[in-house]
Amino acid sequence: MVSNLKTSSFVDEISAIPGGEGVRNCIQCGTCTASCPNADKMDHTPSELIAMARAGMKNEVLSSNAMWYCLSCYLCTVRCPRGIKQTDLMHALECLAVREGLSHGRTLTPAMYRSFNDFVYSLGSLPEMGFMTWFYMLTNPLRAIRMLPVAIRLFRHGRLNVKARRLTPQGTDQLRAILDKAESLGGVS
Amino acid sequence: MKQYAYFPGCSASEGGAKAYGRSALAVSKVLDIELVEIEDWNCCGSTPYSSFEELASFCLSARNLALAEGMGLDIVTPCSSCYVILSRTNAYLKQYPHLKAQVAEALAAGGLEYHGTTKVRHLLDVFVNDIGYDAIGAAVKRSLEGLKVAPYYGCQLVRPRFGFDHPENPQSMDRLITSLGGEPVDFPMKARCCGGSLIISEEDLVLGLIGKILNSALDRGAECLITPCPLCQTNLDAYQNQANKKLHSSFDLPILFFTQLMGVAFGLSEEELGLRSCIVPAEKALAKYL
Repeated sequence: MVSNLKTSSFVDEISAIPGGEGVRNCIQCGTCTASCPNADKMDHTPSELIAMARAGMKNEVLSSNAMWYCLSCYLCTVRCPRGIKQTDLMHALECLAVREGLSHGRTLTPAMYRSFNDFVYSLGSLPEMGFMTWFYMLTNPLRAIRMLPVAIRLFRHGRLNVKARRLTPQGTDQLRAILDKAESLGGVS
Repeated sequence: MKQYAYFPGCSASEGGAKAYGRSALAVSKVLDIELVEIEDWNCCGSTPYSSFEELASFCLSARNLALAEGMGLDIVTPCSSCYVILSRTNAYLKQYPHLKAQVAEALAAGGLEYHGTTKVRHLLDVFVNDIGYDAIGAAVKRSLEGLKVAPYYGCQLVRPRFGFDHPENPQSMDRLITSLGGEPVDFPMKARCCGGSLIISEEDLVLGLIGKILNSALDRGAECLITPCPLCQTNLDAYQNQANKKLHSSFDLPILFFTQLMGVAFGLSEEELGLRSCIVPAEKALAKYL
């Protein structure tokens, strides 16, 4: 009985996020896994992850690296015979992992996403150069050196803007007010 | 003249895909389309925001949808990622009443309302369906006869299902190339993933995906490749040299935005189309058409 309660609460949590409700409909046919360009890099395949979620293995699911390897290419989504929005389900699991502080350490993708989001929150736009520099500084400055040839090539072709696009002060305030309100509501429920 | 609320997205406005924005505006003008930029639009949040804070990510899109609604125009974006993110929010606000209520509450904090009337379109969809292949063909000044072009759709233009093209075997850019006088190259990887933003965090993995796409296009005799997405263009073009180093290959395939290729056929100048921003020189394939 205890295990049943645990199962239903984790599945409920996932289902509350738009797109996450499909977790209930899976028939374990494996089409998503067979379609995924990155399934072989994941510690658990997409279909495995669903089975684990339904078995109530919350910690194992949320500390998996699987969803962070999702490329959002939506191949699984258009092929699923049960109409599960598998890509959005992966996003739902990522959001839950972030909420629980379980974003996975063996891939740099969560750190990269966080750097991206910090810029979007503060500026309302994404200055590519600033974001990439920030990410490399936070994770591994040596990688920035490895990426220098790409940066130089982009710069030579006029594709690296140092200056960020800014919203008007009113636009920035408006966006901030909206995002702060969203945060205070604490996620979709 | 047809009017749309233009959402360039960060990359095509002042970012690494400036040439996409510039060529999109130039080609639209030829086709008598007015793209009215949404004042004070914000970043759509792309995949990173959807993967961290779902409610805030829907609100980022909703603000843009509300601003376009205020203009009384449908949104057009040239970016596949903006397209998928804005479309998803629009669909989900209709599908999930509790989400709609929460987003409305957040928007109200910024003095905005969204009633769900804005449609979200990709620029390619507008060109081929609102303007049509015949009108595009009629605007051609220099036919691209003899040019073998790989139409690379990537993922988020056609998936999940938006209805304007097939999610796995799309045809709209193939037909577009034909209407410009060129020869579309049918290649198996035309709607497979380039790796997207994971080029930053998982470089080696993504270089492998880039290699597969380039190989597939070159195998079928492509002389250049066109894309409807800033991220696909950046990965295939700016990282082509890195892919060569990693995979011991010698790819040398020019990667253009589809709007740049249209502009060449419409007789627009290299300057207007930003062709010099291509890292693998576009002149290699296009010299005789310029």
